Amino acid sequence: MALTEERPPLELTSGEEAVVRKPLGVFTRPSDSPGWRSWLTTVDHKKIGIMYGATAMAFFALGGLEALLIRAQLAQPNGQVLDPQVYNQLFTMHGTTMVFLVIMPMLAGFANYLIPLMIGARDVAYPRLNAFSYWVFLFGGLFLYSSFFLGGAPDSGWFNYAPQSGVAYSPGHGIDFWVLGLQITGIASLVGAVNLIVTCLNMRAPGMTLLRMPVFVWMALVAQFLLLFAIPVITVALFLLMFDRLYGANFFVVEAGADPLLWQHLFWIFGHPEVYILILPAFGIVSDVIPTFSRKPLFGYPFMVFSGIAIGFMGWGVWAHHMFASGVGPVSVAAFSLSTMFIAVPTGVKIFNWIGTLWRGKLSFTVAMLFAVGLVSQFTIGGLSGVMHSVAPHDTQQTDTYFVVAHFHYVLFGGSMFGIFSGIYYWWPKIFGHKLSERIGKVHFWLMFAGFNLTFGPMHIVGLQGMPRRTATYPEGMGWDLMNLLETIGSFLIALSFLVWVYNVVRSRKNPHAGADPWDGRTLEWATSSPPPVHNFDVEPTVGHLDEWWHRKYDEDESGRPVRREHYEFLSAVDEVSLGRGGREPQVDTSSIHLPSPSYWPIVIALGLPLISYGLLYTYWLSALGGIMVVGGVVGLGLEPSVDPEAGHDDHGHDDGHGPGPGTDATGEEAELVGVGAGDGATASGDRAGSGERA
Amino acid sequence: MSVSEQTAPPEVVADRADHVPHDAAAPAHHTSTGLSNEKLGMWLFLGSECLLFGGLISAFLLYRSKDVEGMVGPAVGDLYDIPFTSVSSFVLLMSSLTMVLSLSAIQRADHRRARTWLLTTAMLGATFIAGQVYEFTSFVREGLGYTTNLQSSAFYTLTGFHGVHVTIGILMLVSLFVMSLRGRLPAERSETVEIVGLYWHFVDIIWIIIFTLVYLIPA
Amino acid sequence: MSVSDETLAREAQAEHDAQTEHEGHDHPSDRSYVGIALILAVLTALEVASFYVEDQLGALLVPALVIMMIVKFVLVVAWFMHLRFDSNLFTRVFVSGLVLAVGVYAATLTTFRFW
Ligand code: HEM
Ligand SMILES: [Cu+2]
Repeated sequence: MALTEERPPLELTSGEEAVVRKPLGVFTRPSDSPGWRSWLTTVDHKKIGIMYGATAMAFFALGGLEALLIRAQLAQPNGQVLDPQVYNQLFTMHGTTMVFLVIMPMLAGFANYLIPLMIGARDVAYPRLNAFSYWVFLFGGLFLYSSFFLGGAPDSGWFNYAPQSGVAYSPGHGIDFWVLGLQITGIASLVGAVNLIVTCLNMRAPGMTLLRMPVFVWMALVAQFLLLFAIPVITVALFLLMFDRLYGANFFVVEAGADPLLWQHLFWIFGHPEVYILILPAFGIVSDVIPTFSRKPLFGYPFMVFSGIAIGFMGWGVWAHHMFASGVGPVSVAAFSLSTMFIAVPTGVKIFNWIGTLWRGKLSFTVAMLFAVGLVSQFTIGGLSGVMHSVAPHDTQQTDTYFVVAHFHYVLFGGSMFGIFSGIYYWWPKIFGHKLSERIGKVHFWLMFAGFNLTFGPMHIVGLQGMPRRTATYPEGMGWDLMNLLETIGSFLIALSFLVWVYNVVRSRKNPHAGADPWDGRTLEWATSSPPPVHNFDVEPTVGHLDEWWHRKYDEDESGRPVRREHYEFLSAVDEVSLGRGGREPQVDTSSIHLPSPSYWPIVIALGLPLISYGLLYTYWLSALGGIMVVGGVVGLGLEPSVDPEAGHDDHGHDDGHGPGPGTDATGEEAELVGVGAGDGATASGDRAGSGERA
Repeated sequence: MSVSEQTAPPEVVADRADHVPHDAAAPAHHTSTGLSNEKLGMWLFLGSECLLFGGLISAFLLYRSKDVEGMVGPAVGDLYDIPFTSVSSFVLLMSSLTMVLSLSAIQRADHRRARTWLLTTAMLGATFIAGQVYEFTSFVREGLGYTTNLQSSAFYTLTGFHGVHVTIGILMLVSLFVMSLRGRLPAERSETVEIVGLYWHFVDIIWIIIFTLVYLIPA
Repeated sequence: MSVSDETLAREAQAEHDAQTEHEGHDHPSDRSYVGIALILAVLTALEVASFYVEDQLGALLVPALVIMMIVKFVLVVAWFMHLRFDSNLFTRVFVSGLVLAVGVYAATLTTFRFW
């Protein structure tokens, strides 16, 4: 890598020679070359969002492969495909992957890409920490997966109950990889949460009040708050388990008097908010997709927002519903049973609001819409089986059976994944400039929909018949054979549908350019070009409405029907396609926009973390090396100005007197991201001067 | 995935520093809430830390109150040296005062005093850590190792986590001190000191809780 | 359970509107900081003293200790961490975490015992 590549100072417009001061004690800053290398050092929220998405989809393929193996084993009674040990590893890794390495990062990717665009900002609050989060997530995931080659993957299930997870019962390194790997990805989530919360609160464009933010932004914000407060809880649990396993502590050692319920409490105090972390942003996605394709504003926007917030709060008071059969006392069971029933109320509110939006809308069933409606219907099924679990005596029959597996797949696959695919089809043209094929997409949707129901529908039945989950085989003659065979067939249909999607993606490069606003969208991301310029908007938006972009395009006639305005202006220079139908582009000089420069440090620091972890398992030398990388990286990041003084502008704020502090968690100068989203708009006044009527 | 298609036009930047008040002196000016990103970020982080220490404290309280038949080794509660711990608690408490005095000095651009207080704070913190090391070694000498029993694991983990937090705080204070010496910490940058201070006080209030719940209230 | 997000939202907005008011808020003087520290010192002395009269205090001991702890906590947060003088948003964020922590962990600990 060209760590020391020299670049001549750019010329200043004034003709003076730029005075270039070397940033203190750091390597030369990476330049913003467009090649693959720029992805390693980028701090652009859009590129980072894309990387999150691509990585998560790769993990989705891996997790799916694990699922297929599990289903192959269970296709028939007394399955011989997998050794029980391997089976345990596979279902553990499947669950862990899907939750922590697929849905969470996928939603983080959407949040990264979309939040700044939707609130009219140029980037997130801390762009370099954003890059850091991504790399930490990636390396955490790879670390976890390396366990397959280093003596075996974790094998105690995604919730890893104590004391089963202790050294006594799981002597290999598998669980250590699980503990350390999740600890690492937890750092990514926590940093990401702080970053995105500050972004939502602080970086909004002028006029973008909180109650004008798109529902996706709101739901992502609530999910980030949940992450902020839930991650430390699992961090504690993971540390305790790690100290037990690596250093002989006694937290979960029953012989020493430990109480394994401590693990269950900690895990589920994290775990239930976690399930809302997985679903709320998906709710947000469909809440933006459905209005677009119903050509109506979202029905009951404030209810949507407040029910999401309510879910966020109530999600903290229901965790023990996962422990009805673990021997918590009768009062707890009753209390948590009730609170769980109540949480269905705000969830139901959302479903009614979506239906209300669809009601009498001018529906167009694009693939994005199909997936969105898929979420509404399939999630409802999962929510209802959730309410069945909340009835404690009922749950004692269902718990640890396939009925629970059916429940959480209806909410996670039928809910979160359908929402994610809806978002992928919806925003693909924004992100890459061209649509995915609708025709192939419909094949994808229907195959997935059928496969999904064929796989998980019958699980309700075998579950109620008592088929236990997490068991490598089942005997014949239980009456489960047919259902299991169907489930396996269904799972292969899902795999096929995934391949169809991949084909669609590969083929889509040939599709024509879609234009800036292919769906006649409602929110600000459609007001800029596709893909958006690095600085997101040439003109800083000033927001006056919920669904701002829609209001810029449409007026109302006397009877309140929307009428398209003759002229309206995009927020960036756009392509020809978009300029039909009255669109205009702004005429502005964008050369005055500062953006934070790329940096090597995020990836360096992130790489230190798995090294430390390997060191803890093998040799402390590696830990020392990793530690040096982390500390050195943090210092480097702290000393390096967020906007590179060599990037061609005289940057008077970054001379010696103004270095940010090393070690302040809040990395000094990231605040200086300037421009849009900067509140009072003073900073971008220059841009707006030129944005007057060009028409 | 065809990720490479997003062709990034080169970033457009030019000399415009005069238009853009991106000096840390005025961070409050260009955010939607008027609050600085860094400070908000730190408060969010501290809110999150509440759940971290809460979990550790709970694990300790749970296991200390547990009657384990035939427990190996001494109970933590029998080894406490309350006068000693009181002194080190007091030291940490007073370091909060010196911290805030340092901030107030730097806001007045009284850099010498700010540095003195910074260094005092760091030294008080170091004294606290030294006390903790002494306490741990004396416990170990009396037969209470990390792995001895339930209580010991929980006790060392909790206080150890706190100690690590203090240590990180000391490192940040020392870096601030060095920055100030090199003139990189002008009064307009006092927010950096304030943010480190927030962290430092937080570590102090956690100890206020630990001191009462772990040391003073009998099992 | 804790301060609701919607109030937080409204608050942030109000702050947005009134942002100028938040600049240049007065910081307390060094003298008041020292005063607070004195109170903290006295409270700590009382806490330590209670250790020697544990038996006389009887059932009062625990409540007394907890109250003193809370007072110390609040003093540091309000004065040294400036929450008294700073934006409400900070208070809300922090108190949310605090209340949540106390809530979930207290519930957890009591389930082991009582319910
Ligand atoms: C209507 C709202 C919901 C209710 C009332 C509900 C209720 C429950 C209950 C009582 C259980 C425990 C079942 C048992 O182990 O015996 C459970 C398990 C589960 N739920 Fe839900 N749930 C709801 C929504 C969700 C959502 C939205 C998600 C995720 C997006 C989700 C994911 C899960 C998962 C992953 C498990 C299984 C955990 C495991 O045992 O591995 N649930 N649910
Ligand atoms: Cu749950």
